Amino acid sequence: MHKIWLIIKREYLVRVRKKSFIIMTILGPMLMAALLIVPTFLATQTKENRIIALNEDANFNLEDSEFIHFTTIPTSEAEILKTDFSESLFYALLHIEGENFTLYSNQQISLSVSKSIERQLEQIIEHEKLKLFGIDLQILENASTEINITTKIISEDGNTSNSQAEASMGIGFISGILIYIFIFMYGTMVMRGVIEEKTSRIVEVIISSVKPFQLMMGKILGVALVGLTQFILWILLTVIISTLAELFFLDLNVMATEMNSSDQSMILAQVDELTGGINLLQIFLAFIFYFLAGYLMYSALFAAVGSAVDAEADTQQFVLPITIPLILSFLLITPIMENPDGTLAFWMSMIPFTSPVIMMVRLPFGVANWELALSIVILIAAFIGTTWFAGRIYRTGILMYGKKVSYKELWRWLKY
Amino acid sequence: MQDLLIVKDVVKQYGDYTALTNANISVPKGSIYGLLGPNGAGKTTLMRIINQITAPDSGEVIFDGEPLQKHHIAEIGYMPEERGLYKKMKVGEQALYLAQLKGMSYNTALDKLKYWFEKLDILSWWNKKVEELSKGMAQKIQFIVTVIHEPKLLIFDEPFSGFDPINAAIIRKEILELAEKGTTIIFSTHRMESVEEICDHIALINKSNTILDGTIEDIKKQFATNTFKIVTSGGEIQENDFFNIVSMEDNNYQIKPKDGKSIKEILESILKDTEIISFKKETPSMEEIFIKAVNNA
Repeated sequence: MHKIWLIIKREYLVRVRKKSFIIMTILGPMLMAALLIVPTFLATQTKENRIIALNEDANFNLEDSEFIHFTTIPTSEAEILKTDFSESLFYALLHIEGENFTLYSNQQISLSVSKSIERQLEQIIEHEKLKLFGIDLQILENASTEINITTKIISEDGNTSNSQAEASMGIGFISGILIYIFIFMYGTMVMRGVIEEKTSRIVEVIISSVKPFQLMMGKILGVALVGLTQFILWILLTVIISTLAELFFLDLNVMATEMNSSDQSMILAQVDELTGGINLLQIFLAFIFYFLAGYLMYSALFAAVGSAVDAEADTQQFVLPITIPLILSFLLITPIMENPDGTLAFWMSMIPFTSPVIMMVRLPFGVANWELALSIVILIAAFIGTTWFAGRIYRTGILMYGKKVSYKELWRWLKY
Repeated sequence: MQDLLIVKDVVKQYGDYTALTNANISVPKGSIYGLLGPNGAGKTTLMRIINQITAPDSGEVIFDGEPLQKHHIAEIGYMPEERGLYKKMKVGEQALYLAQLKGMSYNTALDKLKYWFEKLDILSWWNKKVEELSKGMAQKIQFIVTVIHEPKLLIFDEPFSGFDPINAAIIRKEILELAEKGTTIIFSTHRMESVEEICDHIALINKSNTILDGTIEDIKKQFATNTFKIVTSGGEIQENDFFNIVSMEDNNYQIKPKDGKSIKEILESILKDTEIISFKKETPSMEEIFIKAVNNA
C-alpha cells in the first residue's frame, strides 16, 4: 500500500508541475471568463450610430432603430455616392429601384445591419400586399397568439414542481460534454505515461520493486487526482476571474444603480425557479461518480493500449475501438436531450461505455431511482472488469519490445 | 559454502513458446556468478523469475533458505538489460523515488544516495534532468539505484553496455568491492572476457536448458584439450614417441602428448634438436568453451 502511494504521488507531482498543466489551468478559466464577460462588456459599449442614406425618390418609410439612422438625400447626390463613397460621412447608401434593393458602402457591411434593413423592407412590402388583398392589419394582429405551456412534474413523493426543459438541457449538455472531454484528455494522458515508461525503458526497473498492477493503478489514480485538481482550480479561477473582470470592466456606478437589492433577490428567485424541478445535489454527486468511474474504466483500457505498443504512432488501431463508444455518446447528446426517456436513452445510460456521458444528459430531466442505481452498479462492475482485463494485457505488454502487436496477440496475453 | 539462491527445475512457457525447460542453478553465497547463454536462451526470463516479475509455471526458487516471497524484493537488486530512467525527472528526485520503491525510508535513502553520489563524484548532477545527461552518465545513476538498498543479491544484465572503457572500469571496481563485502552477484553477459576476469562460477543456458554449471576452474578443466604451444628459435620439431603435432605454422607448433608421457620427457626430446623460446599449456578461453558447449548441446 505504501508503494502505491509513492507512485500516485510521483505521477501527480510530475504532471502538476509541468508548464503545460499550469498554462492550461490558467488559460482555461480565462477563456471561460472571457466567454462570460466579453458579451456583457460589448453590450455596455455604446455603438456608433450608423447613418444610412436613402435616395429621395424611393417612398419607403423606414424607421430608425437603436443603431441605424436613415436619412434621405437627393437622387443626384446618391448617384455620385454610388461611384465615389470615400468622402461621404454615411455608413452606407441604400439604393431603391422598384423592388431592387442595393447597399453601397466603402467598407464591409455588417450582417446585422443588412439583416435588419431586409426585415424592415420585407415587413413593409408584406403589409402593402396584405392591404392589396383587403386584409385588415388590425385583424391580423388580433389573430396572432402566443402561448406558454407550464409543465409540472409529479415526483414519487407527490410534490409537483415546475419542469424547466431549458435548464435541464443546459445542465445535461454541459455535464455530458465535460465528462466526455475529461475522459478523453486524462485517458490519453495515462496512455502516454505508460508509453513513456516503456520507451524510456524504466518499466522493468520499477516492476522489479512493485507489481505491474500497482504501477498501472498508481498511474491511473495519480492522473485522476490531476484531473480533479484541474477541474476544481478551473471552477475556482473562473469564479474569481469573472468576478474581478466584472468589477474591473463594468462601470461600478452603473452596476450599483442598475442592480439594487430588490433586483438581486428577483434574479435569485428566477434562478431558483429555473432550476426548481432539478435535484442539483443529486446531479453534483452523480457527476463526481460518473466522472471518476467513467474515467477509471476508460483509462484502464488506455493504459492497456499504451502497454501494447512501442510508440504513440502505433496506438491508432487499438485506440479506435475504445473511442468509438465515447464519440458515439457525444454524438447522441442532442437526440437524447430531445427524448430523455426513450428506449435509446435508457439503453445508452445502462451500457457502461456510454453511460457516463448519457446518464448525465438524462439526469436533469429526472430519472427513476432504480434506473440510476442499475446504471451505477453496471458501471462499477464494468470498471472492475476492464481493470482486470487491462491489468493482464499490461503486465505482459510492458515487457514486450519491438513487436508489432495484433489483436490475436493481445488475446493470448490475457491467458498467460 | 551455502547457496544463497537455488533455482530448481523451473519451467516457463509463453503460449506455445517455451522460454525455460528445467532450469537449474545454485548460486553460492558471496560468489560472482556468470549467467551465460546465446540470445533467446532464456536468461532474461530466468532473471525475471528471480525478481518475481513473472512467476514460473512449475519448479521452485529458494532464496536464502526459504521459498522466494514478495518481501525478498528488498534484498535483491536488479539492473535489467532494457533499462532507463524518466527523462524529464531530476536525477536526485528520481533516485530517491526508486530507492523508496525498494522499501527504504526517505531519510536513509537520502543519506545513502549522497554517499554514492559523492563516491562516484557525480553530486553536481543531483538537480539535473536525466535528459541532460549522456548515456554513460545515466548508466551510473542506474547502477546506484540498483545497489542503493544494499541487497544480499545483485543481478546485472549486460552491466557494461553503454559504458566507455573508463567508466566500465569504475563500475567493475565497484562491483568487485561489493562482492568483497559479501554481496552475491549474478552477472549476465555475452562478453566472455569480462566473465573470465570477474566471475568465479558460471552457468550456461542454451535453448532453455542449463547445460553447464560450476566454478570456472572446474569447467576449464572439463574442456581442457591437453595441448601445448611451442615456439622455437627456428629449428624444426619432428613428431616422436612422446607427442603428436596437431598443427604448425612457421616456428609455432601445437602438440599433444601421447598417453602417459610426461612434460619433462617431451621437453627433453625436443631440446635435443632445437632451442625453445616458449612452451605453454593451452587452456580453452571461455569463448571457446561457450561455442563448443552450445554447438555440442
